[in-house]
Amino acid sequence: MMDIAKLTIDGKEVEVERGATVLDAAAKADIYIPTLCYHPDLTPFGACRLCLVEIENMRGFPPSCTTPATDGMVVRTSTEQLQGLRQGIMQFILTEHPHPCLTCHRLEHCKPFDICLRHVAVTERCVLCPKNERCELQQVARYLKLSEITLPYESRELPIERGDPFFDRDYNLCILCGRCVRICQEVRGLGVIAFTFRGHQALPGTAFGRSLKDSDCHFCGACVDVCPTGALIERAGRWYTLPEREVVTTCPYCGVGCQLKLEIKDERIIRVIPQRDNSPNWGQACVKGKFGLDFVHSPERLTSPLIKENGQFREATWDEAMDIVTGKLSQYQRGTEFAAISSAKGTNEENYLVQKLARAVMGTNHIDHCARL
Amino acid sequence: MTFAEIRERAVAEWEVMERSGKPRILVGAATCGRSAGALDVLQTINAELAKRNLDATVIQVGCIGLCYIEPIVEIAKPDRPRIFYSGVNADIAVQLIEDYLVNDNPRPDLALGALGEGSLDGVPQLFDLPMLQPQVRVTLRNCGFIDPEDTNHYVVRGGYSGLARALQMTPEQVIEEMKKSGLRGRGGAGFPTGTKWEFCHRAVGTPKYLICNADEGDPGAFMDRSVLEGDPHAVLEGMLIAAYAIGASEGYIYCRAEYPLALERLDIALRQMKELGLLGDNILGSDFSFHIKVKEGAGAFVCGEETALMASIEGKRGMPRPRPPFPAQSGLWGKPTNINNVETLANVSAILERGGDWYAGYGTEKSKGTKTFALAGKVTRTGLIEVPMGIPLRQIIYDIGGGIVGDKAFKAVQTGGPSGGCLATDLLDISVDYESLTAAGSIMGSGGMIVLDEESCVVDVARYFLDFTQKESCGKCVPCRVGTKQMLDILTRITRGQGQPGDMDLLLSLGQTVNQGSLCALGGTAPNPVLTTIRYFRHEYEAHINQKRCPALVCLDLITFYILPDKCQACMICQRSCPVDAIKGGKKLIHVIDQSKCVKCATCYEVCPERFSAIVKVSGETIEVPEEPIPLGAEE
Ligand SMILES: Cc1cc2nc3c(=O)[nH]c(=O)nc-3n(C[C@H](O)[C@H](O)[C@H](O)COP(=O)(O)O)c2cc1C
Ligand code: SF4
Ligand code: SF4
Repeated sequence: MMDIAKLTIDGKEVEVERGATVLDAAAKADIYIPTLCYHPDLTPFGACRLCLVEIENMRGFPPSCTTPATDGMVVRTSTEQLQGLRQGIMQFILTEHPHPCLTCHRLEHCKPFDICLRHVAVTERCVLCPKNERCELQQVARYLKLSEITLPYESRELPIERGDPFFDRDYNLCILCGRCVRICQEVRGLGVIAFTFRGHQALPGTAFGRSLKDSDCHFCGACVDVCPTGALIERAGRWYTLPEREVVTTCPYCGVGCQLKLEIKDERIIRVIPQRDNSPNWGQACVKGKFGLDFVHSPERLTSPLIKENGQFREATWDEAMDIVTGKLSQYQRGTEFAAISSAKGTNEENYLVQKLARAVMGTNHIDHCARL
Repeated sequence: MTFAEIRERAVAEWEVMERSGKPRILVGAATCGRSAGALDVLQTINAELAKRNLDATVIQVGCIGLCYIEPIVEIAKPDRPRIFYSGVNADIAVQLIEDYLVNDNPRPDLALGALGEGSLDGVPQLFDLPMLQPQVRVTLRNCGFIDPEDTNHYVVRGGYSGLARALQMTPEQVIEEMKKSGLRGRGGAGFPTGTKWEFCHRAVGTPKYLICNADEGDPGAFMDRSVLEGDPHAVLEGMLIAAYAIGASEGYIYCRAEYPLALERLDIALRQMKELGLLGDNILGSDFSFHIKVKEGAGAFVCGEETALMASIEGKRGMPRPRPPFPAQSGLWGKPTNINNVETLANVSAILERGGDWYAGYGTEKSKGTKTFALAGKVTRTGLIEVPMGIPLRQIIYDIGGGIVGDKAFKAVQTGGPSGGCLATDLLDISVDYESLTAAGSIMGSGGMIVLDEESCVVDVARYFLDFTQKESCGKCVPCRVGTKQMLDILTRITRGQGQPGDMDLLLSLGQTVNQGSLCALGGTAPNPVLTTIRYFRHEYEAHINQKRCPALVCLDLITFYILPDKCQACMICQRSCPVDAIKGGKKLIHVIDQSKCVKCATCYEVCPERFSAIVKVSGETIEVPEEPIPLGAEE
């Protein structure tokens, strides 16, 4: 009993295990509370202030993402006062982020990817943001139904950081949710990006504003995956918007077998997102899995076996190729003349078969593996 | 060593000094004294003594709080009252050595006050001075009277007897004693100290940490610095007692690096404590062990907030995090932690020495004891004061502070620094305690008290404080980072004459969002200066917004300087002083200010001879003056 907390959220009773937060409990009760800095893989931060709730016998408006759920708690998540407060806070967020598309009076007429010619300046249009319709800020702002932003928006007017491989950083779009900072520190254990400066100047960035390359970045792209806005964006596939379908697969690189979600459009992989709810990688990947799958579409890729004759490669069938390999292998003496080196690009199963072949067929223990790519 | 041995030795050494018959010269050389020239005075005294081959003990002491007349020098000769001289410079120091030390003339004309047995004609008792008379000194009990670098001085005046007493008690009894005293945290929030210790005492986990918060980031506050510079052992003894009560074995002092003298004094004190067995393993021969490390902060206001402070000690960026978990459950390195302010801890040692009931004898029902304030701004006597809680605000400003400089009219007082509020004339009679200040829309805070006179513009003051909080915001949470910036922009606009009709309502509503939505109290309290000035000085905002007029004649964009043609005598003084050559005129030509060039530095206004008083400063009105210089006398 001790380990279960029973609480009431908006009149609904819900039971959660000890250690759960009020936000977890609300999710369990199917009650939506808007969040931006919250991410299930990160320690709660309490910075965006959108998940504030009212809890009986607690002062003020505690954030549901950091407040532990306790037995007997009575929580309200969407009183008029709370919605007003959230709208006020969202209005603050939008003074730091281009937003006219979110409050445009033509919103109803505008389809998600329409090009607007009149109402919004080119640089401030959501449709011209690579994160359009994938943006969490857009979603939460819509939920909060802001019809007008009366406070002035001021662009940070920062140059977009394009000097590093694989992804761009446009801090004009950053809302300082701190997810990139936390994932790099807490999950990747690197701390390449941290908050810099204070007050209104505060922004995530590298030490001394150096490039990521010079900051020990491993380019795993974890920060890009968690960024709720268009601030951190994969450069390839930037303009492909939403995928047509998704395919979950195993990463073809090393033997760890990370699970990746491929976003497909026009029969091309437009983006790779590591699967969050699977072992072994639980939402993480390395630079190869995240950014290295473009080889799939390379025109130089081998698509059939090649046989070298007189110094020239020629295309061959699989049967032909297999015959040559088996023919040559059987010329060697078992146990003494053969060794196998296999590739990390094979799966566990494929590598298992290589060693099986080496031991059982070729009778040797001389087996090695390149271990990583 | 046992405490009895430490005390015996200290008293013996003290008596040797007393009986030596040597005169003692104490120079107030804390940071405030130093900036007034105390080190020069000290050097002169030492040189003069050497030159004349005189034998005297010269000691640097802390600040007695009379900052407006530093440097202060005390001379104690055997069988004479101790005499305090103020505003001492090198010349006066030489004079005093010649007259008093050599010729035995104590120079009553230069003396500020006397202390101790015997009296001196024409010299009041030090504590009868109007600034000191209403004060009760608990935190500041030793500041300015002892050598902060000599543990013996502290011990002779009762130091470490509170610790010795605590070690005879159980931790629970110590906590009980604290509860009896009614002491509430002096760092700002005013949480009852005994109760806070109890939480940490009961928390499970080892080791437990005790942190002394010496970040002191409020602009204009210097209470903690003065205590650390003038009486570090009072704080350190408080730390030992607190650590014993909660069961902490490790301690940190988080002190800003901008306090080099305080850090130096702490360092010396900690070394001496180790030598005497007052720090380390088995303190005073008991089972109690405690170690202290000093962590230098880089001087961010937000690092005074307890969760940001702990992050900073852990080597992380100083950013607050939401509570729960409270530090008592999960604090530094995730262990149970108790954080107390410097002044709180300096009171703890006094309370254990003299008893909780004694302390609770001062103050009001809910706000017990005494509180220090850094009295600053437009009062005649600025400085560091300590008064019993519940004292009327008026008494602080008029009796202790000596009223407004130049007999101008009092306008407002800002308590609690950037987190506090501005209180107007009709609140002069409120009692200075936690509840009354909060009810008035301000806070006690850590003890900043800035007095404004009729020449201060409250809109400008609100803008100043918001500018501070906006810059010091850690940037983590949205309402504080963005809201303070938006509010600052509106205030700046108002002070520039670009205010708009709805601005006050907008400020109130943004202020509410910032207050309700912010993560920590920095943002939570940041709107207070704006909200209180709107509450008490609405007409002044209206003048700025509707009439583009600054009634206090402060906001540069709203004021204009004119040279009155019927008063100008063409003396050319202003013309020559104007840094931007904005004044046209010449011999026998009445001068005219070219408003398009004028930068409103007020130089002309200040240099125009008083007998002419030809230059006026106005706001919201236009004075007809010639556009070009005209011959003197042509005006009639
Ligand atoms: C922005 C901010 C700055 C603070 N600065 C200080 C400070 O400089 N010194 C201090 O003792 N407490 C400061 N505090 C209060 C501390 O968080 C904490 O309440 C206090 O140190 C507890 O000690 P006490 O109970 O002895 O007052 C600050 C709080 C906030 C929100
Ligand atoms: S870059 Fe993206 S993830 Fe990082 S703080 Fe900004 S919005 Fe958040
Ligand atoms: S209120 Fe201000 S200082 Fe406190 S956490 Fe938020 S941004 Fe940081």
